[in-house]
Order: sequence, then structure tokens, then C-alpha cells
Amino acid sequence: MEKKIGVYICTGCGIGDALDIEALSKVAAGEYKVDICKTNNFLCGKEGVELIKKDIEAEGVNTVVIAGCSSRVNYDVFNFGSDKIVERVNLREQVIWCHPANDEDTQMLAEDNLRMGLAKQKNMNLPEPYLVEDMSKAILVVGGGLTGLTAALDAARAGYKTVLVEKEAELGGYAGKMYKQVPLKPPFTELEENCIPGLIKAVQDAGVKIYTSATIEKTAGAPGMFNVTIKQNDSTVQERVGAIVLATGAKPYDPEKLAHLGYGKYENVITQAALEEMAAAGKLEAGKVAFIQCAGSRDQEHLPYCSAACCIESMKQALYIKEKNPEASVYVYYKDIRANGQYEHFYKKAQQEGIIFIKADVTDISEEDGKLTIEADDHTMGTKSIADEFDLVVLANGMVPTAALGEVVQLNEPAEEEAAAASDEPKVELPPVIKANLLNLDYRQGPELPPLKYGFPDSHYICFPYETRRTGIYAAGVVRAPMDMLSAVEDATGAALKAIQCVEATAKGEAVHPRSGDLSYPEFNMTRCTQCKRCTEECPFGAINEDEKANPLPNPTRCRRCGTCMGACPERIISFKNYSVPMIGNMVKAIEVPEELEEKPRILVFACENDAIPALDMAGINRLQYNPWVRIIPVRCLGSLNLVWVNDAMAKGFDGVLLMGCKHGDDYQCHFIKGSELAEYRLSKVSETLDRLGLESERVRAITVSIMDYDKIPEILDKFAEDLEELGPNPMKDFQ
Amino acid sequence: MSGLTAAVEAAEVGCEVYIVEKNPYLGGKVTQINQYFPKLCPPNCGLEINFQRIKKNPRIHFFTMAEVEEISGQEGNYEVSVKINPRYVNENCTGCGKCVEACPAERANAFNYGLDKTKAIYLPHEFAFPMKYVIDDQSCQGAGCGKCAEVCEYQAIDLSMQPKNVKLNVGAIIWATGWEPYDATKLSYYGFGRYDNVITNVMMERLAAPNGPTKGKIVRPSDGKEINSVAFIQCAGSRDENHLHCCSSVCCLASLKHATYVREQYPDAKICIYYIDIRARGKYEDFFTKVQEEANITLIKGKAGEVKEDPSTKELVVIAEDQEAQKVREEKFDLVVLATGMAPSTAASKVPADVSYDEDGFLISDSGIYAAGCVKHPLDVASAVRDATATALKAIHSTVRGQQ
Repeated sequence: MEKKIGVYICTGCGIGDALDIEALSKVAAGEYKVDICKTNNFLCGKEGVELIKKDIEAEGVNTVVIAGCSSRVNYDVFNFGSDKIVERVNLREQVIWCHPANDEDTQMLAEDNLRMGLAKQKNMNLPEPYLVEDMSKAILVVGGGLTGLTAALDAARAGYKTVLVEKEAELGGYAGKMYKQVPLKPPFTELEENCIPGLIKAVQDAGVKIYTSATIEKTAGAPGMFNVTIKQNDSTVQERVGAIVLATGAKPYDPEKLAHLGYGKYENVITQAALEEMAAAGKLEAGKVAFIQCAGSRDQEHLPYCSAACCIESMKQALYIKEKNPEASVYVYYKDIRANGQYEHFYKKAQQEGIIFIKADVTDISEEDGKLTIEADDHTMGTKSIADEFDLVVLANGMVPTAALGEVVQLNEPAEEEAAAASDEPKVELPPVIKANLLNLDYRQGPELPPLKYGFPDSHYICFPYETRRTGIYAAGVVRAPMDMLSAVEDATGAALKAIQCVEATAKGEAVHPRSGDLSYPEFNMTRCTQCKRCTEECPFGAINEDEKANPLPNPTRCRRCGTCMGACPERIISFKNYSVPMIGNMVKAIEVPEELEEKPRILVFACENDAIPALDMAGINRLQYNPWVRIIPVRCLGSLNLVWVNDAMAKGFDGVLLMGCKHGDDYQCHFIKGSELAEYRLSKVSETLDRLGLESERVRAITVSIMDYDKIPEILDKFAEDLEELGPNPMKDFQ
Repeated sequence: MSGLTAAVEAAEVGCEVYIVEKNPYLGGKVTQINQYFPKLCPPNCGLEINFQRIKKNPRIHFFTMAEVEEISGQEGNYEVSVKINPRYVNENCTGCGKCVEACPAERANAFNYGLDKTKAIYLPHEFAFPMKYVIDDQSCQGAGCGKCAEVCEYQAIDLSMQPKNVKLNVGAIIWATGWEPYDATKLSYYGFGRYDNVITNVMMERLAAPNGPTKGKIVRPSDGKEINSVAFIQCAGSRDENHLHCCSSVCCLASLKHATYVREQYPDAKICIYYIDIRARGKYEDFFTKVQEEANITLIKGKAGEVKEDPSTKELVVIAEDQEAQKVREEKFDLVVLATGMAPSTAASKVPADVSYDEDGFLISDSGIYAAGCVKHPLDVASAVRDATATALKAIHSTVRGQQ
């Protein structure tokens, strides 16, 4: 597209009073020779917007550069349609609100911001969506238990072709074998009939294509075009699907490991699953029964987490016993009763029915004449207690996700690691993968969803529980996190929605969350690829496969558009239509770096768009003042930082470079998983280069900020400027 | 958060969505939270992403300061009458803030639970979306004053603005009006409202928030002094026959989180939590373990019976039965935080339609009019988001059935 550029400078909100607008206009009209440059004192008002619209219609302006407030505001009034490029230059929040008015340095900052905006639009094009004919909108659900059946039914009811694969010969999973189930609806006091038979019928009626006694042999492809090989008995079938819900559930924690509670030693020490079987078979007869909660759970030796469902499941089973024999004595030994939310009503019901709850640590179980004795430290009595004559002891033995069951493998091949160590190059460590034989993904980064702690492939985000690290694949139910049945049902529906959303977005060439709707995607100029594998290893979403010769094989529909591959590539062959290494590089070059004699140092800041940029805006909104030598370039994620930008900046005479990214570590906040961490890896390489050039490595720094750290921004920037002053000017300045 | 999530998730499937929000800003209760457990990360981070998603999505329409007055019709075809209350500030507002300097009137800042004040014209909070000022007509001196309108260069202030009505035709309704903190003044034995240094857990969030009334410094409200000791009283109004019957699900984890706020500022302060059960379910157990290891807290199993105040020092005494030690304890504290539970918003303000509620007032979901989030169950944020995402699909089912 041939660009016709209109630059519109807003003088409202005090911008006109604080800056020399005429000089600013000269930058656009003079230096950059743009087609149109106008000013208005209320650009976001009706007249201002009309002014721009008139130029679009009458003059054919298709690239609009608006210099005024932050792009976080007035996004709606400056929307001129998807066929126009709109670039916002921040003069308000990041210039006049945090720097003194009518000051030479403030003016220079404003002019540089405008130069950067102009350089940016010059190097950017409208994205063209990645479209493939005949994308599949079918949904595959793996696992036919409560969660899988619910997800399949809900996807089918929304009008999507749905395929369900179940390993066992019968649908229903763990819940299918239950005698009755915990209440799933108000008043949350009554046991409910098992919902699974009804659910199976509904799934069949809804036209879901069901494979039982079947497993997934291989999942190749990408969202919108997964090719799934399903192995059923001795034959294989291919299904083409658009997105996947992983609902393979959990297994009870192995009771053989609970010998200290008498399991395996005494036959009347049983698991919750065994009790369900007895109840379902009508063989549950007992006069005195004890339930031992947290048998394996909340135990550093076994499962450190709480299995979430066991408290209410034991209450339900205790009620089975009372139902059969109202005279029976039933005791529940517990650490904390976790009948959260409305299940408090169920807890009360259990107490009303005469079930006795004892806060205690069980210390020993023994047997005499077929009757069991329990010794415990009773916390409510403050004494040791001994209770005997139990017919049955039921261990609430918790759950282990099916995703955690399998061999743990490290994907970095040893040969590669040695080579990396030898070459001194920092190497990104790939997370371990658990070969659980659930999806068998044909992905360079491993065959299953990457696990989080304890093997649950849960999302790391509180606000976005379905923000998966494998686009288009959503885990739901107890494979994702320990949860009760009610939560699993909701989780199934939620995951089905995300799967549907993914196939809809993918068919339009749009990214899914968090850059929802983004039409850009990375393109590879393969002729210059050196097969270094950095992009295939560093992509946080496993979007890039590799052929035998280590050439990257991108899968654009797996991509989340963070640009990590672009940042990783030493040959700079990866770019987006509207985000590229040259684009940012030219923004850096557009900044005027004064000569040493002028004593005006320059600091380049690469700031993450998600947290650091809003924090910088907030500093402005709160009128916090900070050093005017900084020049801020927003990046999609610090993971997209290409080292050449830092090199260019230092060569151009910048005195320092600061990277502002999200917090990393266990509680990381980066929505692209490791962006800021990767940037720091890369920086460690730059430091060596700087040292070789005789430049102090302290000139380039990375820090992490959260969106709420805006009050610390002045201190951070001022301190960095001070440190740089101590180091003295960048000696490269004079070579310019 | 639930409403926002349901709206964004449904719109990203391709539905046209209308958000009706009572406040002058979107985001609800989570905007007032300092950090989420267990990651201790700021809610504004996720909100910022959700607002970006709204900004980019032409299918989402929203009304702030709005409430649903009437619902008629049936699944697949509802007519909803929405009343939009006057903001007195129109779309011309650039967020420059000149009006605030001119305004002579003040109001108690509801965003900070009355712990400080704003002018009668104010920005609800600095991350407010939309970023537009609003006038509180209860405290504004009206057209007779008009100082804000005089200084506004953009004719953004309209003191004569009237309520408006909008009619919407929709296939399904998601009711996600959330929760209110249980009214702590009903717990007279704990002294809230009588003793300055007895606060609620939601107030604790604001005290600890960098953008709160004390800029994040946790101090005694009575005199602004630093604290040496703090007690958290769990189940303040929850799991109680005389108050909320159910458990509010989040308060245990919230108090554990508050213990980390206090510990960070006061390495030597005494922190006690009075509890019935610590309900750190599922993977949240890790957070419970971590706080016990790192924050040096004392857990006392027992429901606190009473809080007394020494009027001269404003110090508080918590009287509770320590079940494990089998004795009544009386301990002194500088600050007492009541872990007040979640009352569903529908306990006070009903849906204008034929729907049903459980014994605590939680809305029961039904085909066509669905409950999502904390108006349905007491939920933590991640679970509310999960529930809202699920509810978006249920609402889509209604529109699919409506077409058949």
C-alpha cells in the first residue's frame, strides 16, 4: 500500500502550552516531509476527528499519526477502519505530564517521540491474516468422564461437530462408577443420583462422534488443522479437528504407598473408590466406620497439595453408610474440613445426620479379630485418643492428574547442551515434559501440555485460567487442577467455550488471547536461516517445529504473536507485517543523540506493552516527574527484544539501555511465559560484547516492574541516569 | 471480573455483547484488590489485558452507571430496559483533571471504603476504564456552583444531564452482579463501626494498596500509627446460623495473603489468625504452606467471641476459645481485621425477572437468565473467571436454541 501520511498534533490538555508546537510540526513537515501535518486543540472532540476524517476522504490519507494522549485512551474515537494505519505518539502521559513545561529537554523528548512514531509507521504495513482453506471447526474432547462428557455435550449443543475419545470400553470415567453423587445444586444438602448415564445419553443424542477403547496415537498439525490419529482396538482412524479439550481426569493416589495407614496390611482399610464400588453393588454393610482425610494429600511425603474433593466425597460416603444403617457410627478424622462455599450446607447436613468429625492426626492403625483400632492425636481434646471396633477404615486418598503419570524427560539433547556450554552461549533451558501418553503431540517441544507444579497442566494465570501454553488445547477438570465435581462441570463448559473461540478466531486468521484479534503473524525469510534452532526452542508456545535439517517449520495458527522468535533470531529473518527488527531499529535510529559537548545523555528504554507501558502512563497520570533523557519504545514482549537494537543504540551513542519487563520466577507475570527472562539471557551476551568494546556492561540493564510499580518509576529512571553520569558519556558518541 | 470475562469471552466467539455496569467504571470488586493470592500479583495487570480486548472488539458495547430495570420475553428473545444514570460528564472528557482542581466539594471515597475523600467530581481510580471523570450528585453543589464546567475547556461537563433509558434485545442474559462484603456492623460483638481499629478484609486491601488512602502503608486507622500486632478473625459472618450460612470460600486465603502484606512491612509484628478450618483448597495448599513457613503467623483454632477496646489507647482485646489448648485466650492487638464474607449482591437487590435464589440469596442459574461468578457461588477470582467463561457458552446455547 502506498502510504499517504497525515500527522495530527493535539494541543489540548496543556500540550500546546507546554511545547513548541510549531517546532514539533517542523519535524513532521520538514524533516519527514509528511503529506499533511495539522494541529488542533481538541483532536479527540468531534471537530478534531472530523478534520482527520475529511483528510482521509478528500486527500486519501491512509496512515494517520496522532500525537497527543496515550493510546490507552480515546482508542474508539480514533478508529478509522481496519484499512488505515493509526499510530499514536504519546505527548501527554509520557511527556508533558511528567516533565516540566516549556523546557528544552521536554521539547526534545516530544520531538523524538514524534520521530519514533514517524519511523514506526514508515516500517509498518497492514497485517494480512493467515488464512487456510477448509479449516476445521470440529472440537476433539479427550476423555469420556464427567468433564469430557460435559465438554463434548456443550460443544455439540453450540452447533460444533464434536469427537470424543475414551480409553476405556465404557464412557463415564471415575464418576460413572459412583453409587450417588455430591449435590451439584442448591440447597446443596441432598445426595443426587449419578448424572453420568443421563449425560452419556445426551451426548449420544447430540450427535457426538464417540470412540471408546481408543487412545490418541498422534496429534499433528495446529489449531484449525489438527490431524489426530486415533487408535481404536487394533485399527487407526484419522480425525481432522480445530481445537482440543483435554479431559483425561485424575487417578486416585496409589494406596499402596499408604502402608502407614494400614492399607495392604488390613483388608478392611479401603479407598474411597472401593467404597463407591461396595455401595454401588449394594454390599455396604458396616456398623462402625472411620474416614481418614488427607490420606496422601497435604503431605510433603506424598501429595503436597490438597485434593479439593475428598472432604465432601467422604461426607457423601458417610451418608451412604447412614442411609443403609442409621444406627451406624461414622467418624471423620480430618486436618481441616474443606467444604468450601455452599458445601457448608452439606457439612452441616452430615453433622445433623450424626457423623462425627474429629480434628486429629492419625498416628497408628491396627487390627484385632478383624476389627480396626485407630490411634490419633486429637486436636480438639488436646489428648491422644484410641478408638476401636471399626468395621471399615476408608482412606480419602486424593488424586493425581493423568498428565503427571509418565516418564519425565528433558528435551534439550545432551549433545546440544555440551555444545552450548562449550561455546559460552547462554542457552534457554526447556522445561521438562511428562510423557503421559494422552495427546502425543507432534511438537518440537514435547508430546504433551507442559506441566506446572505437580504435573497439572493448569494455566498459571489467576485472571485467565484457560491461558494454555499450547494454543487450541485446553485442559479441563481434575487433569488441570484438583477440584470437586461441580467445579469440573463448570470447567468443562469453560474449556469448550475456549475451544470454540479458538476455531472461530483461527478461521479468520486472528490470534487468540491475550493478543485476541491480532491479524499479524511471523514470516520467515528462510534463505538466510542458519538452522541455529533458537526460534524453535524459545517459542513459548511450541509453535515452531523443525525438519531433519533443523529448519524451522512455523505453524502460524499455534502462534500467539509475542515476537519471541523475532527476538531470538540472530539472523533477523523473522518479522511481522507491523512489527519487525528494522521497524524498532529505525525507531532507535530516528532518535537524535546530542553530541557529548551538549551534555545531554540519552537513555533508551524498551518497555513491555502489557505492564511497563501502562505503569509509565500511570506515572504521568499521577504527575510524577522523572529524567527527561529517556526515550521509551514499547515492545510486544521483552521476549521480542533483538540484541541488534541494543548494539545499534550503543553504537549510536546512547549512554544506556534499560529493559523494563514483567516479573519472572515461579510467580511470573509475563503472558508470554518467559519474555523478560529471555531478554535477560540475551543481555548477558551483550555484556560480553560491551566489555570487548571497552564499554561498561552496567550501561545495559534489565529490570522487572509490575503495573503497580509506577510510583517507583521516577526512582528507577533517575537512579539509572545518575549511574550513567558517573560512568561518563558513551565514547561512541563522537564517532557519529 | 465475572461479567467482564463473560462478555469478552462471548464476544470473542463472535456474539454481540452488551455490558450493563452500575459503577462509573468496569472491573468491579477486583479493581479494589491490592494483590491476588497465591501469586501476589496485581489485578490491574489482567484488567488491562481485558480492557485491551474490549478496545479491540467492535462487538462489545458497554454502559456504565447503568442498571437493568425491566426484563421481558423469554430465552432467545428478551427485551431489557436499561436505565443510564447521569454521569454529568460527557464523551468530550479528555481525562485532563482540571475540573478536580476547581471543585470545592468533597465526598467520602467509596472506592477506598470511606477511608479518604475525593472531590465531588472525580476519577473513580487511576486505572479507571473508561478513563472519564464523574460527578457524585449527592455531594456536588450543582449548577449554582458550576466551577468545574467553567474550567473545562472541552464542554465535557453537563450539570443538567438526565437519566436515559435504553432498550436492548438479546437472546440470553448473564447476571454477574457479584458480591458485597457482609455488613460488619451486624457483628456487634466485634465492634466494627464502634472501634476505629477494627477493619474489614476489603479495607485491608485498600490500606495495603499503593494507590490506597495511605499509599500502601498499613497503619492504625485511629491515629495513623504503625502496628505491632494484628489479629485476623475468620468467618466473621460466614458459616454462621445468624448471618451467612455458607462459607465464603476466599477469606482464609485472603487473610493468609494479608499476613504477607503485614509481614513485608513489619518483620516483627505479631500476626494471629483465629479460624475454624483453614480452607486452602486444591493447589492453594502450597500458599498456606508458604505463608506458614515465611510469614511467622500464629494459627488459633477457635471462633473469636468478642473484641473489646481500651478507650484510652484504642488497643483491642480479642477474646476467643482456643480449642486446641482448651482455654479462653485474651490477647491484645493494635489492629483487628474481620474476614467478612461474601454476600451475593442479589441478597439486597433482586433481578427484575422471575428467578430463584438460595437461602443466602445467591442467584440460581436458569436457562436464559444465567448467574455467573460470585452472585451464584462464593468463589475466588480464578474460579469466578472459569465460571464466567462457562456461562458465556451457556448463554450462546440459549441463542442457538432461540434460532431453532
